Amino acid sequence: MFYREAGDFSTTYAEDQQTFPIKFDRYRYYVVLFVAIFVIPFMVNDYWVNSLFLPFLIYAIAAIGLNILVGYCGQVSLGTGGFMAVGAYACYKLMTAMPDVSMFIHILLAGVITAAVGALFGLPSLRIKGFYLAVATLAAQFFLVWLFNRVPWFYNYSASGQISAPERDTFGILITGPNTEAWATYMFCLIFTVFSALVARNLTRGSVGRKWMAIRDMDIAAEIIGVNPLRAKLTAFAVSSFFIGISGALFFSIYLGAVEVGEAFGIQKSFLVLFMIIIGGLGSIFGSFAGAAFLVLLPVLLKIVGVDWLGWPTDIVAHLQLVIVGGLIIIFLIAEPHGLAQLWRVAKEKLRLWPFPH
Amino acid sequence: MERDSVKDQADSYVTEDGRTIGPTVMEMKNITLRFGGVEAIKDISFDIREGEIRAIIGPNGAGKSSMLNVISGFYVPQEGEVWYKGAQRPPMKPYQVAQQGIARTFQNIALFEGMSVLDNVMTGRLTQMKSGLLAQSLWKGKAEREEVENREIAEKVIDFLEIQAIRKTPVARLPYGLKKRVELARALAAEPTILLLDEPMAGMNVEEKEDMSRFILDVNDEFGTTIALIEHDMGVVMDLSDRVVVMDYGRKIGDGSPHDVRNNQEVIDAYLGVAHD
Repeated sequence: MFYREAGDFSTTYAEDQQTFPIKFDRYRYYVVLFVAIFVIPFMVNDYWVNSLFLPFLIYAIAAIGLNILVGYCGQVSLGTGGFMAVGAYACYKLMTAMPDVSMFIHILLAGVITAAVGALFGLPSLRIKGFYLAVATLAAQFFLVWLFNRVPWFYNYSASGQISAPERDTFGILITGPNTEAWATYMFCLIFTVFSALVARNLTRGSVGRKWMAIRDMDIAAEIIGVNPLRAKLTAFAVSSFFIGISGALFFSIYLGAVEVGEAFGIQKSFLVLFMIIIGGLGSIFGSFAGAAFLVLLPVLLKIVGVDWLGWPTDIVAHLQLVIVGGLIIIFLIAEPHGLAQLWRVAKEKLRLWPFPH
Repeated sequence: MERDSVKDQADSYVTEDGRTIGPTVMEMKNITLRFGGVEAIKDISFDIREGEIRAIIGPNGAGKSSMLNVISGFYVPQEGEVWYKGAQRPPMKPYQVAQQGIARTFQNIALFEGMSVLDNVMTGRLTQMKSGLLAQSLWKGKAEREEVENREIAEKVIDFLEIQAIRKTPVARLPYGLKKRVELARALAAEPTILLLDEPMAGMNVEEKEDMSRFILDVNDEFGTTIALIEHDMGVVMDLSDRVVVMDYGRKIGDGSPHDVRNNQEVIDAYLGVAHD
């Protein structure tokens, strides 16, 4: 009844091609944005930001990035953790080499550097597909982690082999280091998340996005209508890695503060982000958010319900989480390969006709 | 056979039906294509003239589809030359051929199943869309303009082929006949110089065939698109085409107007079978 298109006419192609052609969707988007910018920052404390909002915002960027590669372009990648590490180490080197430059620039530059590395590791995609490509990106994952462990230049020859973010401010507000305010780090990440979502959405609804999807759906037909497969795949790798690099840089500098590469950016991270987009929905920006929200919220919810209310031991709850995630992935792959985003789409389609479905 | 080697080089040419067709736009010269020891195409030459409907026919395994694949760049022939718009075409990738203005459809539908009909048709415009990654990521300037301009052309094709009602439907949900039409729409959206159709009527019933024939004639008529098609339905071929190439076992056994071809003894033998001694 509330959600409908009746009376909602597009009179120009530009209107029909906008991100939310239905008025209700558009307003809902503005409301969410308003709450995120003007309400949440005034209500959050350290616990909420560090356990919920920062990981959600940062993983959402990584999920958007991986979704562009896997969901839109059909190139399976298991190198997410490695590319996040590239972003993190690039950010660290930039922060320590140029302390006076704004963090915004550092994070964006870290994204650009990761994009270049991603395009380089995307080169094999021209020759190999599917599982074989997944293995090639797996090699990237292990190589990059090994590289950052073994070459002391990357961690500025520190004795522990770790990197830790020095204190940096933007417009006079501290955003890295131990003395930050909750709302400041939240806003800083929110800006990057909104920026990433907008850019990703614009790219995927335009001609680049169509090239990616054409390659995903049928690469031979894509070539016959004039898509250069090498360029399409490499741009997908570059754009995807750009976002993943940004998320890695934020993960290190804002969220964790100090990082040991094998622990923070190991193969588990690659799988976690992959699970996010599988559960959230391949080939959907909304799905990236839904998946990130789901996998960030699940442990927190389980902890509250299991440990705080029911008094179960922590390790049981931790294992239960693995069981649930594993089960859900199997269920989603069989029952709804397009994930939460598809459920959302189906719900919207039903709502359009509700309460008179015939 | 003799007549083919002495090419009519005049700028235009009048068919038996009285239709005037233009000068040669594509010419295949002595094409030979081998897969290992198998010769799929043996020393075939023929031309395609501007504005005509050129049919390639022949029994199964005659090498018709291989011929189309040579034209669209999937196969590079071992011998022979492809001439396009008066110049010899160097070996190219299929996407480069597409950028030169040659579009095609496939025998087995090759649509992008995960995308809507509109997006599929819009992919036909990809060769014309040149805005950079940065402009597109901000959806500003050239990217925004280009999207609307090309949408207009795509919508014209959608109107033309009468698929307005399904433009937002995912292709995977469509029935076979409509998919064939959407594939034609995608090829047409590229505004090609030459349109290659690989069995556009395979697996259709009589009404669908009539519809498709009408669309092919209309496309040729309204846009002046040169069409080369492969088809098994002889009735359709004889009615639609201006000139016909007949292939059998990789050789060319006939070339000329539908009337000529129908009365060619070699063609009749190939289709009906003949006792070899």
